[in-house]
Amino acid sequence: MLTILFDGIAYGMLLFVLACGLAVTLGLMNFVNLAHGAFAMAGGYCCVILVNRWGVPFLAALPLAFLFSAALGLILERTLYVHVYRKSHLDQVLFTIGLVFMSVAAVDYTMGSSQTFVRLPPWLEGQFNVGGVGVGRYRLLIIVICGLLTLALQLTLARTRFGSRLRAAVDDARVARGLGINVGSVFALTFAFGSGLAGLGGALGAEILGLDPIFPLKYMIYFLIVVTVGGTSSITGPFLASLLLGIGDVAGKYYVPSLGAFVIYTIMIAVLILRPQGLFVRGGAR
Amino acid sequence: MSPRPLFADVSSRLAARSHWHPLEVAFWLAAIATIYALPSRHLILTEIAILGLFALSLDLILGYAGIVSLGHAAFFGFGAYAAGLLAKHGLVTEPLLALIASGLAAMVLGFATSFLVLRGSDLTRIMVTLGVAVVLREIANRYAGLTGGADGLQGVEITPLFGLFRFDIFGHTAYCYALGVLLVLFLVARRIVHSSFGLSLLAIKGNPLRAAAVGIPVNARLVAIYTIAAGYAGVAGALLTQTTAFASLSVFDFDRSADLLLVLVIGGAGYLYGGLIGAIVFKLMQDYLSSLTPQYWPFWIGLLLVALVLVGRERMTSWTRPIRALAARLDWRDARGRAAIPAEGR
Amino acid sequence: MALVLETVGLEKRFGGLVATNDVSLKVEKGSRHALIGPNGAGKTTLINLLTGVLRPTAGRILLDSRDITALKANARVKLGLTRTFQINQLFADLTPLETVSLAVAERLGAGADWWRPPGRRPQLVEEVAEILESFRLADVMNARTSVLPYGKQRLLEIAVAVASRPRVLLLDEPAAGVPEEERHAILDIVAALPQDVTVLLIEHDMDLVFRFAQRISVLVNGALFVEGTPEAIARDPRVKEVYLGEAAHA
Repeated sequence: MLTILFDGIAYGMLLFVLACGLAVTLGLMNFVNLAHGAFAMAGGYCCVILVNRWGVPFLAALPLAFLFSAALGLILERTLYVHVYRKSHLDQVLFTIGLVFMSVAAVDYTMGSSQTFVRLPPWLEGQFNVGGVGVGRYRLLIIVICGLLTLALQLTLARTRFGSRLRAAVDDARVARGLGINVGSVFALTFAFGSGLAGLGGALGAEILGLDPIFPLKYMIYFLIVVTVGGTSSITGPFLASLLLGIGDVAGKYYVPSLGAFVIYTIMIAVLILRPQGLFVRGGAR
Repeated sequence: MSPRPLFADVSSRLAARSHWHPLEVAFWLAAIATIYALPSRHLILTEIAILGLFALSLDLILGYAGIVSLGHAAFFGFGAYAAGLLAKHGLVTEPLLALIASGLAAMVLGFATSFLVLRGSDLTRIMVTLGVAVVLREIANRYAGLTGGADGLQGVEITPLFGLFRFDIFGHTAYCYALGVLLVLFLVARRIVHSSFGLSLLAIKGNPLRAAAVGIPVNARLVAIYTIAAGYAGVAGALLTQTTAFASLSVFDFDRSADLLLVLVIGGAGYLYGGLIGAIVFKLMQDYLSSLTPQYWPFWIGLLLVALVLVGRERMTSWTRPIRALAARLDWRDARGRAAIPAEGR
Repeated sequence: MALVLETVGLEKRFGGLVATNDVSLKVEKGSRHALIGPNGAGKTTLINLLTGVLRPTAGRILLDSRDITALKANARVKLGLTRTFQINQLFADLTPLETVSLAVAERLGAGADWWRPPGRRPQLVEEVAEILESFRLADVMNARTSVLPYGKQRLLEIAVAVASRPRVLLLDEPAAGVPEEERHAILDIVAALPQDVTVLLIEHDMDLVFRFAQRISVLVNGALFVEGTPEAIARDPRVKEVYLGEAAHA
């Protein structure tokens, strides 16, 4: 059972790293970015190329995947996304779906349509045995890296000036502008960073999640669930939501295999009925 | 102005909303003419008719009630499998009856899920509708014993329509059937949107706060139109199954819901013909692009979506405006928005 | 002296802010009752509570002695309580003809009719024509609301509320923002409302208030400050004090 818990936590934290960029984008710019999964996919494939074809060590490939997706995010944000911020949600949905279709087809064309795997280094294979519980090395790495990232994020938001500017812009962009905060560059940097995190998550989690051209479509709903259940006004909300979903999904598939996948969807629908703004919303937030 | 002429004026203006434009009549005459004029294209025309009906169902909720749905395929798929199962197990053999039954089944599903789209913002609705479609796909996948799972529903045999018209491989029966169903349901939808109920939907879409302040029971109306639209989508799905004698999980695919949005956006939402026009354009485009790049045509669809939004939906669909303006000028009774505003200071 | 509208200890809190503080308002049947107070006193919040747009945190609302506190907004309209909005809440893409038809259709119970167009009911047409006529909207009835001049929009705002044949009409600053030349139209119409319709008027324009009201309630910081006849209020020094700093109207 503890192994299930452990695996669930790993899955959950991976989901968090993948989805937190989306949460911030949504909370910050009120922008529905259904193409978020495409950046994760980009990072995943970047890592595949680096590790499988060019022999770059796995741990070195991770930050490179982050940078790749971040750069991609920055370019797309400044050239395309910036024109769509003020449009209706329907327009944003159409736009990002269009991007998803394009990215899926592009990856299909360049990388082939079958699932690709990252060649993990040998020291990541196998398990430790901790007090009778099988602790997978790979999953342990995921938990460690994601945990550190979460801490770093929380510290950045709470302690740095960029963090305060970001929080101000999320709370009320107009007032933030009035205070002299360059909301445009905050948006751009945040979007880039969120996309980079997604890329890192994609690279890190390729083994668990399965990397193929339809990745953005497969996981779109998961990211949206994290964001909906966790709300968009804090980091802790999506974090807890991811854990809840990760554990719920893994446990559900193990204990009740015939209904396993439904667990998270049912949670999502239940949450949306009871609390349309999410489970962990801070009172008084928009 | 004395009361009597005003009475007549008001009466005629209200009635004018539902008058048939000559262009509408021309459209349907042309559609019926294709039965005889384009016999070799009946297969693709059937697909267009089905897609048009599906788009019409989305127009009812998006164009008239303002509900953004990303999972309308849920009802399409539900109707498709209902029709398939009814035929496969010989429960209802007459296709038209099975069609009606499938539509009703989809309506029940629509009613059951309608309360999910009442609350929350656009994003919540997107999420919830997407979630419902995904859940249905999962269920269909899971209960493969019933649905055939990833292989699809096998062994579906459709008996001749009315016991007389066999569904042939050229799609002649299929097209007449699909077009007939489309026409009938279109007429009903037209009735609905021009009624008091339809007007109240436009009010809800425009300003829900004001709508409630005028006495409109907002939630009840939304549930009603959502249920009706679900029924329409279900009928479209059933038509697909009946004309192809097959149903697969792809009826629930996200792609289907996303393509549907594109179809409606191409033609323009909110005047009932947008879905039909969009279906024609989309299918022809898809046919053409698929022949060029069979595997990668979603790329071009995606590009179209991106371009559509960047250029601006209004400007893109303004190509239909000259048509609508022409229609307005042909019909002197419907001078919408052209009433002169008298200068102030009288 | 029958009470047509009454609140009992009505309270509305937003977190720590008390927007409506233990308000027990009594409005007599057939009266012309004005609600005044400085900006931010909570007048619109009170209207929102009365009409069901907001839910009170405490207290009750009675319409003709019937407890309507739990009723939804559209149900209250059916019982005869309608309002206008301080900032026009109209249907931008519909014409005045269509807007008024909506209100009348709902009133006649024909709103849910999905088969017949609104024009097929003579009674509906009759009422719509009458309203458009008396609110001077007949000449613009086919123009989209969004292109109408502001004065006409304001008239439409009131017309829609009256079209539901209310027993109690809540007017939230009907003349607000209307240019001088068009104000008299609004004032005339408010004055010409039938006697069996009780009117609760929120206004800043003291001219209108003193010409129109039979009874005045003053709301300050969400609570009822003082109530009385126009003469008593005009003379009351506390009211003058509360309005110090506000631009004085004639």
